[in-house]
Formats: sequence, C-alpha cells, structure tokens
Amino acid sequence: MLGKTAGGLFWMFRYLERTENNARLLDAGFRIALTRSATAKSEWKSILTTAGSLEGYDGQHDDYESAKVVDFMLRDPANPSSVISTMKQARDNARLVRTALTREVWEATNESWMTLKQILSSPVNEQDLPDALATIRRLSAQVRGATEGTLLRNDGFNFIRLGTFVERADNTARILDVKYYLLLPSIAQVGSALDVMQWETILRSVSAQRAYRWLNGAEISPSNIAEFLILYQNMPRSLIFCSQKISDNLAKLEQDYGENHASCVAAKASIERLQKSTIDEIFDQGLHEFIEQFTMQNGQLATQIEQDYRFQG
Amino acid sequence: MIDFFDEMLTDNKSAHVGSVREPFSTYGGWLDNEDPARILQKSAQAEAFFRTTGITFNVYGEEDADERLIPFDVVPRIISASEWRRLSRGIEQRVRAINAFLHDIYHRQEILRAGRIPTELIANNAAFLPHMVGVNPPGGVYTHIVGTDIVRTGPDEFFVLEDNARTPSGVSYMLENRETMLQMFPELFSRIAVQQVSDYPTNLRRSLAASAPDACTGKPVVAVLTPGIHNSAYFEHSYLADQMGAELVEGHDLRVVDGRITMRTTQGYTPIDVIYRRVDDEYLDPMNFNPDSMLGVPGIMDVYRSGGITIANAPGTGIADDKALYSYMPDIVEFYTGERPLLNNVQTWRCSEPDQLQYVLDNLAELVVKEVHGSGGYGMLVGPAASKKEVEDFRAKLIDNAPNYIAQPTLALSTVPIFTKKGLSPRHVDLRPFVLVSPERIDITPGGLTRVAMTEGSLVVNSSQGGGTKDTWVLEE
Repeated sequence: MLGKTAGGLFWMFRYLERTENNARLLDAGFRIALTRSATAKSEWKSILTTAGSLEGYDGQHDDYESAKVVDFMLRDPANPSSVISTMKQARDNARLVRTALTREVWEATNESWMTLKQILSSPVNEQDLPDALATIRRLSAQVRGATEGTLLRNDGFNFIRLGTFVERADNTARILDVKYYLLLPSIAQVGSALDVMQWETILRSVSAQRAYRWLNGAEISPSNIAEFLILYQNMPRSLIFCSQKISDNLAKLEQDYGENHASCVAAKASIERLQKSTIDEIFDQGLHEFIEQFTMQNGQLATQIEQDYRFQG
Repeated sequence: MIDFFDEMLTDNKSAHVGSVREPFSTYGGWLDNEDPARILQKSAQAEAFFRTTGITFNVYGEEDADERLIPFDVVPRIISASEWRRLSRGIEQRVRAINAFLHDIYHRQEILRAGRIPTELIANNAAFLPHMVGVNPPGGVYTHIVGTDIVRTGPDEFFVLEDNARTPSGVSYMLENRETMLQMFPELFSRIAVQQVSDYPTNLRRSLAASAPDACTGKPVVAVLTPGIHNSAYFEHSYLADQMGAELVEGHDLRVVDGRITMRTTQGYTPIDVIYRRVDDEYLDPMNFNPDSMLGVPGIMDVYRSGGITIANAPGTGIADDKALYSYMPDIVEFYTGERPLLNNVQTWRCSEPDQLQYVLDNLAELVVKEVHGSGGYGMLVGPAASKKEVEDFRAKLIDNAPNYIAQPTLALSTVPIFTKKGLSPRHVDLRPFVLVSPERIDITPGGLTRVAMTEGSLVVNSSQGGGTKDTWVLEE
C-alpha cells in the first residue's frame, strides 16, 4: 500500500472521529446552557478549550454566548476544528484514497459531506440544534457501518483503526484534562447538585451516561468517573481501550509486514503502563500530570506511526 | 436556418416521438408509452446518483469553486451495428497510421523525405519532442489510449474532428452513463440488445500490462499518475485506478531508485512497470522538461529511454494530434497503410498559407477558427454564432499570428433529442470512442462518450463550456 494512501486513511478517520466528537461536545455544552446556570458561559469556554479552539474563538469574539460558540464550532470555515472544516478534511482525504475505499464507504462519506454542507449552509438556531447534532452522529455512524461491513481487512483497515483510536484517545484525554479539577478527591466531599450536573456533562460528552449507570448504579463519584474513562477496558472511549486497539493494530501490521518499528514498541509500553495502574495511584501521582503525559505520548506515537509507515516522502 | 440531420427523429420539428430512424425503433416505441413525468423524475434521480458517486469535475479558473456535475440526458444515442462497423474500421485504420507515423517521425522521418509533410511543420512544432528521437517505446506502442472525436452530418457522413492522442479524458463518463442507465431503465436493456462497455477497465489493464518493459519481471505493476485531487479530471483518474485495481500515484509518491521508477509504500520503495499518466508531457519530468513542475518525477525520461518503464501514452505523441498537422491526416493514413482513408477529415484551411488565409479572412463569419495548440473549446471562434465585434476582434488576432490558426467550415452537426420539460428537443452532439492499443491488438469499445450541447442551437459540446453527455448504445449485430 502506498504510504500516502495509508496516511490518507489514517487522517480521514481521525477527522471523521473529530467531527463526531465535536458534535458530542456541543451536545453536552448545549445541555448545560439550557440549565441557565451561571456555569453555562464557563462551560462553553471549557468546551472550546477541549476542542482546541479557544484561541481562534477569542480572536473573533468577546464573550461566550451560546449562539456564537455553536456557530463557531459548527460552521466557521476559519475554524479548522469546526464540524464543517473537519468533515471537509475527512472528505478530501477520502477522495485522495478513493481507490482504497469501497463504493459504500465513499458514498457514505460523500453523502455526509453533502448533507452537512446543506444543514450548515446557514446558522443553526436553538430549536434545530439537537436535530443537527443527531444528524452528524448518524452520518458518522453510517460511514463507520459501511467501513465495518464492506472494507477488506487488510493493512488499510489497520491504518483506519489507528486513526480512529489515536483521535479518540486524544479526545477523551482532552475532556479529562479540561475537567480534571472537577474530579479531584477534595471536591468529592462536596458533591453538590451542581457538581453532579458537571460530572454528568463529562459522561455525556463521551456518550456514556447510561453505560456508567449500569456499572455504578446511581452513585456518581469523581473517582469512579475517572476510573471509567481511563482504566475501564470495556468502555470504547476509555484511554485503556483506545491504547489497546492502537497496540493491537500496530502488532498486526508488524506481523503482516514482518518488520519491527518504534511505534509498536511505544504502544506496547503505553498499554502496559495503563494495565498496571490503579485509579488511586493516578490520583496520588496527580491526575493532571498523568493526563498531560498521556496526551503528549499519544501525539508522539502518531508522529512515529507517520514516520514508520512513510505517510510522507 | 440550416436543416440538421437528427439521428432519432425523422421529423425533428415536433416534440412528439412520431416516426423514428431504424436504430431507435424499439426505444421510440417504448418512449411513446411512457409517462413524461416519470422520465423527468428518473432524470432527477440520475443527477442525485451522479452527485453521491462524486462524478464531478472542477472548473479551471474558478478558485475554490464547487465541484460541478456534467449534465446527463436520459435519452440514449443509438448507433446501429452496421454504422458502428464502418466507424470502428475507420478509427482502427487511423490509429494504426498514427502509431506508424509517430515511430517514423521519431526515427527515420521517411514521410518528410517523401515530401508528404513540410519539414518545418515538424521542426518548428512545440509538440515535437526531441527527447523522443531514436527512443523505442516498449512493445512499439506510442498511443495506448486514443479518443477519436467523430462528428456526423448525415446518415452516411462521418468525419474525424480531432485525434486525441495525448491523454484523452471522458471514459469514466462513458462507463458511469451506462451504469446509470442500467439502474434507471433496466427494462430497456432486456428489450434492446446493446453491446457492453463495462469491460473497458479490464481491457485497459490488460492492454497496459501487455506493453510492460523488458525490465519487468513477473506480473506488471500498473499505476495511474494524477496531478492530484484538484485536477479537473481527478474523479476519472481515481475511478480508472480503482476499476483496474491499479495504484493511484502523484509525482511525490515516486522516485528513481536503481534505474527504475519506484513508489513509496508503507514498506519502502517498490518498482512500477507501467505508468498510465494523466499529466502532460511538459510536467512529466522537471529534470528534462519544465523545471518548475511539482507534478512529475525527476529523471523519469532517463529511465524511460533506458527501457525501465512504460509511459502511456508515450511522451511526444502530441505531434500526431497537433491541429497544424490535422489537415495532413489523409496523407498520413495513405502513406503508412497504403489504403485510402475510410473516415474523412473535415475540410481545413491552414492560415499559415497566404491564399488559404485570405479565404479565411474573406469568410470569417461563416467559419470555425481554432488555435493550433488550443483545446477544450477555449480560444476559438464560431463565426455564425459570434457577434460582429467578436468576429472583428478575432480577425485582428488572426492577422497578428496567422500560423497559429486553422479554419474549418461550420459543420451541420447531427442532433439527437434530449428530454426536456416540454418533451423531446434536438441538440447537437459529437462522439468520442475510446481506443486501446497494445502490441498485439487494437480494441475499440463499442460506443464511447456522446457529448451534447445542452443549449438549443449551440454547437459547442465541451463540458467546460456547459456541454452535457448521453449514454451511447451500439446495437448487437
């Protein structure tokens, strides 16, 4: 497979994942905004931070009003992380790797782009926002479904999975990074209604409120949430789950190609570290430091994959 | 008003089907019994189908413009088996002559010695590539893919308008138009026996592989070289690569390693045997041609000359479809095949010759004048459709640089009806059949791309100028 094609598949699915994640973040922010609490504005700010868009936003706007934030994150072509920008990137990469996709995957991607372009051709007002966000998630699921159902399980599929899980791990880590102060044990003692709502927002932004409740019942505690998002192996957006998938796909590539690469070594080290950790140790070391380190290593791993598999000349 | 020959309707003034020419008889009967609303609805479905599939093109000069659809009309253009037999024999003869001409012109130049073509026409021609002199392309094939543009003016009058011997495009539309018609109107194909076009990608791959260089050991590795996703024909490049199971590469994926062209894969650099390039000669090799080109592969011409790679089409084939040489095509066919041309040329005045230029200037408002090196319908004058001012402006350009132009009569191009809200309405068409040349054989896909001028009365069929397409049916014998 061409290095360029491997890179195109990797980035196509990173951008698809990013599109979906940002739609989820917006959904979570919108819920908080509806409570009219004083925290709504700071919540929008932290969502912009999570999406890596705060600086760009502050350059254009003076306050964190819902409508402005929503428009910036959904439609602003000048915002490289807006849904319209990331979907365009996903689709451009799909065109680039058209020969490595099935007709179904390409058409699902192209239709996603055409539908989003249409929905986002004018500002989305409050009453239409939930529908628009649901549509984004549905379109994303269609691409994933077509990929799962029709694509050959060759090396290209491994690069797709790598792109997906590198991006997803990054997203979950960013959510934790922005919200870590809410999860510190000292706060657990307080446990006010506001805290509970904030914790719920974290879970909502990874679409995991119900999964969490099945596991933990009605008891919402910051330490349980942190453990769930970092160390719970069956949660498809947890750091350990994503790391395991990255490591598995790199191992499969090594096996198929009969070559050893630095990226696989790094991924194995990362998953082993997580497997040995407990949530108490992580809190003892400092949650913030732990997340920072994870994010940095995840980024380095992505660069290493890019080099090992010659995405660029 | 000139009377045009309509290939379907014997009475082309009426919007009703009425009586139709023989190849259209079953189709006409079917159409008569169809609800026009259903046909229009199918038409809209076809457009949605094209959009979802991404069969779009980018328009040059429109920065960041949306990708556009080429309009598609649901009425097929139907050609009888005997009409096709005649056409395909003529095309094959012409393509054979073109390959013989290219070999000769880059070797002994017998045709110049024989005085059949003026020497300066070659010597001073930018399309003649000195780098190709003495080079023997693998398998002896110069033009692996040709798209011969055919126009028709009457039941038996066919003319070759252009021999596209460089990198002819449009074949993906031929294939997708058929695919669309099969989806929209499956019942028609069970009533009418239409020759298949769907094996084109397989034939293309086989044909390219058959021209692999001696350096190739084992199964030939074929790649399509594209300028990238912003090229107007990118869809076609990716489509053909996909259909052939070939790699789709850009210049920066390739480099010369140990005298071979190799591509950067996830496991390092691996050799390619055949490149179907959709990049013009000029941009192919920054070391040998345009040094600013980012699209090509530095050193590919040296690898080519030493037999390490097949380039399809070969560099320098442009000399065969150069408009300055077009008027000599009948001589070229005769010289190399020893036969009379089966297909006619369109009468052509060479503005480089003073008496012919005078005729052109005297009759400018009646003629079509083209730039010798132009393409895509740009930079041409269609006399009868131009305003007085446009004609006079063109006259100035023509006098200023006469050798740069040729002129042809305004042809009464045949029409085939399109389906409009008001029913059938005739539109002018041309035809581009696609020809594959391998060392052993010449394959012509039955049919080709019918381009149609969607505007009533217009004679310009180019997609860059608002032209559309139709599916082309050649009936079984």
